[in-house]
This record gives sequence, C-alpha cells and structure tokens, in this order.
Amino acid sequence: MNTPFKPVGNSVLAACIGVALAASAGSAAAQAKAGAKPLDGQVVKMAWIDPLSGLMAPVGNNQLKSWQFMIEKFNQNNPAGVKFEVVGIDNKLSPTESLNALKSATDQGIRYIIQGNGSSVALALIDAINKYNERNPGKEIIYLNEAAVDPDLTNSKCSFWHFRFDADTTMKMEALTTFMKDQKDIKKVYLFNQNYSHGQQVAKFAKEYLKRKRPDIEIVGEELHPLAQVRDFAPYIAKIKAAGADSVITGNWGSDLSLLVKAAVEGGYNGKFFTYYTGVTGTPTALGANGAGKVFDVAYGHYNMGGQYGAWGAEFKQKYNDDFYTGSIVRILESLSNAMAQSKSTDPVKVAFAMEGLKFKSSMSGDVEMRKSDHQLQQPLYVSMWQKTDAKHPYSPENTGMTLAPVAEYPNYVSSTPTSCQMKRPGA
Amino acid sequence: MEFFTISMLNGLSYGLLLFMLSSGLTLIFSMMGVLNFAHASFYMIGAYIAYSISKVTGFWPALVIAPIVVGVIGAVFERLCLRRVHKFGHVPELLITFGLSFVIIELVLLIWGRTAVEFPPPEFLRGPAFTLINSSVTGLHLVAGAAPAAMCASADAAVRVVCSPFPATRGFMMLVALAMLVSLWLLLTRTRIGLVIQSALTHPEMVESLGHNVPRVFMLVFGAGAALAGLAGVIGGSTFVTEPAMALTVGSVIFVVVVVGGMGSLAGAFVASLLIGILQTFAVALDYSVLSLLKPLGIGVGGSDNSLLKLTISQVAPILPYLLLVLILIFRPKGLLGTREG
Repeated sequence: MNTPFKPVGNSVLAACIGVALAASAGSAAAQAKAGAKPLDGQVVKMAWIDPLSGLMAPVGNNQLKSWQFMIEKFNQNNPAGVKFEVVGIDNKLSPTESLNALKSATDQGIRYIIQGNGSSVALALIDAINKYNERNPGKEIIYLNEAAVDPDLTNSKCSFWHFRFDADTTMKMEALTTFMKDQKDIKKVYLFNQNYSHGQQVAKFAKEYLKRKRPDIEIVGEELHPLAQVRDFAPYIAKIKAAGADSVITGNWGSDLSLLVKAAVEGGYNGKFFTYYTGVTGTPTALGANGAGKVFDVAYGHYNMGGQYGAWGAEFKQKYNDDFYTGSIVRILESLSNAMAQSKSTDPVKVAFAMEGLKFKSSMSGDVEMRKSDHQLQQPLYVSMWQKTDAKHPYSPENTGMTLAPVAEYPNYVSSTPTSCQMKRPGA
Repeated sequence: MEFFTISMLNGLSYGLLLFMLSSGLTLIFSMMGVLNFAHASFYMIGAYIAYSISKVTGFWPALVIAPIVVGVIGAVFERLCLRRVHKFGHVPELLITFGLSFVIIELVLLIWGRTAVEFPPPEFLRGPAFTLINSSVTGLHLVAGAAPAAMCASADAAVRVVCSPFPATRGFMMLVALAMLVSLWLLLTRTRIGLVIQSALTHPEMVESLGHNVPRVFMLVFGAGAALAGLAGVIGGSTFVTEPAMALTVGSVIFVVVVVGGMGSLAGAFVASLLIGILQTFAVALDYSVLSLLKPLGIGVGGSDNSLLKLTISQVAPILPYLLLVLILIFRPKGLLGTREG
C-alpha cells in the first residue's frame, strides 16, 4: 500500500484514510483508463546481481546503466502498463557473494532476479533458486539470464525458473562456423581460450563444428590460459605466429580479450580473430584502428541495428558517453511485459507460464521465441566485422572511429541447437 | 629462429620490468631490513599519478615527475610511520607496510575508480622499435622501425616470409631498466653518499659517530626505493594496463625475485628477474604434458581424460615462479647470489 504519509499518532485513523485514498485513487485510475493496460501502474521490482567491482566491473557498470536507461524507456510505454524498478547488487563475480545477494533480494521481497556475467555464478544461482522456490511456495522467483552462455543452463541443469535471453555457446558457434565455412582462405585455426568452463566449451564446440562443416581446416594449436591472470600476451602471440595460424577463435572477454588483441597488434600478427565479445567495454579501444577487416564478432545484435534500437543506443551514448551492447535487456523487458499483459498478473509463476513459448516481434530485430522445452530464446544471430565507420554503419563504440559492421545474418533456425532438457514444471 | 629471438626479447623485457620493480624492494631490504609489502602499491600509484600528470603535461614530464612524487610519498611515510615502529622490531614494520598497501589500494579505488584507465604510451613509442624479418631464402635480418609491407609479403608462394615487429615500448622499458641498473651501481659504489649508505648498513653507530645522520639516510633510501617502483609503474602502466589490480598481479612475483636472487642482493635481483622473465615466456611455448611424455615411452595411461596428466607446461607457466620460490627456499635458502643465511 502506497500512502503519501506515514501513519503516526492515531494510526488507525491514518490507516483508514490511507486505505480510502488508495481505494479511491485506484478506482479513479481504473475508471479513467478502463481497459487501457491490464496492470496499470503496478510496480515490478527486480534485482540485478552482477559485478560492480573487480576485473569485470567495467562491464557490470555499463550493464547496470543500460538497465536503468531501458527501464526508464519501458516505463513510459509497455504492453502491461507496469512500472519496472531495478536494484543493483555487486556480486564481485563470486558465486558465494551472489548467493548472499540473492538472499538480500528475497528478503526485500524481490521476485525477479537478473544475472549474466560468469557461468560459474549462473550455475550457483540456478541451484539456489530451484531450492528457494521448492521451499517457499507462493513466493517463487524467476531468474532472467542476460548473458551467461553455458549450454548446461538449458540442458542438463535446465530449470523452469530460468530464462536465457543471450544465445548460448553452441548457438554462437553454429553461426560462427557457418560463416567460416565460406571463408576459403581459412586453413589453419588456433583455439585460444580461458581455462574455465566457458573457454573450454568454446574450444570443444569449435573443434566439433569445424570438423563437421570444414573438415579441411587444420587446428594448429589449442591454448587454455588462466582466467584474468595474464597481463602480457606477447609470448602467446609469438606462439600463435610460430604455429602458422591464419585465424584465431577465442571466447575471451574483458581484459583477456583487449590485452590479447593489443599484443597481437603490437606483435604484428596478421591473422583473423573470431570472437564472442569484441563489442564489450575495453576491447574497441584496445583494437583502435588496427585489426580492420581482421576481427569478427558473433552475437545476437550489433552496433548498427538501426530503428528504435539504434535510436536508443545513440541516446544512451549521449547520456552516459558509453555504449549500449546488452541487447538482451530490451528482450527481457519485452518478454516480461508481454507475458504480464497476457497473464494479467505480475505473479512470477503465472508470468513464467506465459513466457514459455512466447513469440513476439522484438524491437531489436526479427521474430524471437522463448523455446518452451528449455527456455532458451531463439533469435537471429549476426557475424560482424571490425572496420571504419561509414554512412551505412555510423555507430562507433568507444569513439574509436571504427565500428562492427554486419557481414552475415543468420535466421533463428541456423543457430538453433537441440536440447536435452527435461523440464520439471510446478504442479506437474 | 625468429620465434626464439622474439620470445627471448619478450622474456628479457618482462624480466627487466621485474628488475625495475624488485631493485627498489631489495634496496630497502638490504639497507633497512624492512620487507616492504607496500612496494607493489608504490608501483601502482606511480602509474596512476603519471596517468593524471600526463593528461596535463604529456607523457615525458610525467615520466620524471611521477617517480619523484612517489619517492616523496615514500620518504614521508618512512619519516612519519615506519621510523616510529622501527624500535619495536621487524614484525611491526612488516605489518605497517602491509596496512599501507591496503590503504593505497582503497585510495586508488576512491580517486581513480574501479575500472582501468586509459594511459597510452607517447606517440614516439607506439610503433615497433625494429622488425625482425625471417625469410626462408635470405634468412634473418633486422629493419629499424616498421618494415614496409612489401618486405613482409613474398611474391613467390614457396618463399615464407615472417615479420615480427618488436614494440618500442618494450625496447624503452629495457633501456630504462639497464640505465637504472648502471646508475644504481655507480651511485652505491662510486659516490660518497653510496659509501655512507653501505657503511650505515653494517656499522650504523660508527657512521653516526662520524657525524652522518643515519635516520635521514634511511629515509632517503626508502624514498629512493619507492621512486624506483614509481618509475617502473609509469612504464609498466603505459605498456600493459593501468588498473587497481596491477599491484596484486606483480606483488607476489617481485617477492619471488627478491627471494630467488638472494635477499638484499642487487645483482641477485637482476639475475633472478631475467631468469623468471625468460622462464615464464618460454614455458608458454611448451606444449608438453606428463601424458605426452609418457606416450613415446610406450606407457599407456588409462583415463586419458585425467586433467592433471593433461596439463601442459604452457598452462602452468604462470605458477612456475612460485614453484621456483619453493625450490630455492628448500635447496638454497640464501638465494642465488645472496650472502646471508636465512
């Protein structure tokens, strides 16, 4: 109950007035906009649990700003008429800290949890949320995954409460290898990844898919380096050159990618880079004007999508002098408000059932579908290339004068990968 | 061959950066017996202060001013804090520097924020210093600066030409470190102040009775040690990355250098820095694992998925310095060139 004053002194009287006020305000609003929006003015609180300190802090800070920005936009107009609110909690990229953050969110009565950076955190959260929902019927929470791409989350570990809006490692690798298949000059590939689940999976699926699509490509080397430890990548670049690789596939992110490309530029490595996270904070600056036409990125979006999404990106840049790259935020807010409008409720259980199998046209691009069997969003993927900005591709991340221009677009079916998920639904 | 040369250069330049860092640490230790835990923090603030100064004046003045500022901070810290706890023995001294390292890191977070700042090297140092060109026909030769594209491409497909540029920042790093080594050595052995410092180390009472202010000598030494770390910070920060975790990543390695080289030995620190730099660089290139070594011997190991046996040397490269530390402490506790036992 939202009363404009606190009941003090004669609390009973004050409470009565409060109820009366709230009731009259509610009915007045209902009369004014009868049938306009099903859930007009209802507040949906969400907790964002991601790093705001440490190595990944630049990415986390950017994403929290993106959330606040997008919520402002969606609160002006969304199909359900709800008002979103987001609370940012720093998890220091640690699973333990994330569980504390989850506890603090549930204590505040928040029932929508957002997380994305680091699959290790995601795996801890998915378990904790399953348990919480089992033990607290009537207070269920939903986990909205904005960026964790471990395929396990929608396969062996899949959960009714988890929804993934990024494309998982296998989907991105399908798109990337489909693109590489037609690049006849690729003959020798080096796999360069971080030594933890994500990097190992990128290496594994790259080998598997390349073997299927381009058996003539030789894997000349495979490296797994410690996560977020290496400051000097020059020795690795010397090794990649010595192996004679003409292309490098890397799932690296954050400083591990920006320092790698920096060392490659300095070390005179001329091969191509096929990456997952070129567009993310830090890497555009490290690349600078170098690497034009040599660095490729696979993602569910890019900087030059145009339309409403492009306008938002430009406005975000103007407001924060930063780049908006977590497009999944748009899709999460679209899915939530559509599902809430459909189910006429903000109750997470009803919303979850409405989100399953939800199909809608995203303002970002294309028709997307939240696949019912595993809660993985089916969406178009793009391969984009690092190049100078031009009339068609004007948006320049980190004001580098360079951009990621799309070179291939793959509709949903290309990147769709099968799932082994056996979903357990509540009440079943 | 060009791989060996470029790796050797990479290893040497990384080793020389380590030397720049550890020389200050070993200087302070040999003169004052203080193991300065905050040494890597001085490295970090050197980078950050230079970053702030360079925004106003450009890189070159920052290269000179930042180490001086860090040196003054170090001297003030010695005068106000370290000297007071000196009389209580070595453990409080160690603890106060330990505390200082946390204070510095929190201050850096407050002032410059949690994210990396952009601290690029000056225009003059951005290109390659020289380029190694290895052709399968004419062999290996050197070109100053960047090699023209025509020299790196071969008209004939059968001729393999590889160009390996060596970044000027790394060359500059090597030059500064060598200049530092020479000037430190000259200062300590050939000048009056150097002689006073050396004698204050072994016979402080005698030096004091001869009319020298020994506490001031200590303050100068601590300040100089901090300034050296600051200088390394300016160069390391602009060559690699300036961020709040930079102290942490080098902090442990420089202790390894000091222990391996021999506590308080400048020459030892030099040898150990180069050894660790080269060791780490070349380890990255080696893809041997226990499993791959057993294979030619005809020993088949079941469970070839065993992740311990599959670990390659390149994967364990980052922990090799620490392994070396443990081995040195077991087999030669005084370090490679150290003089004192334990």
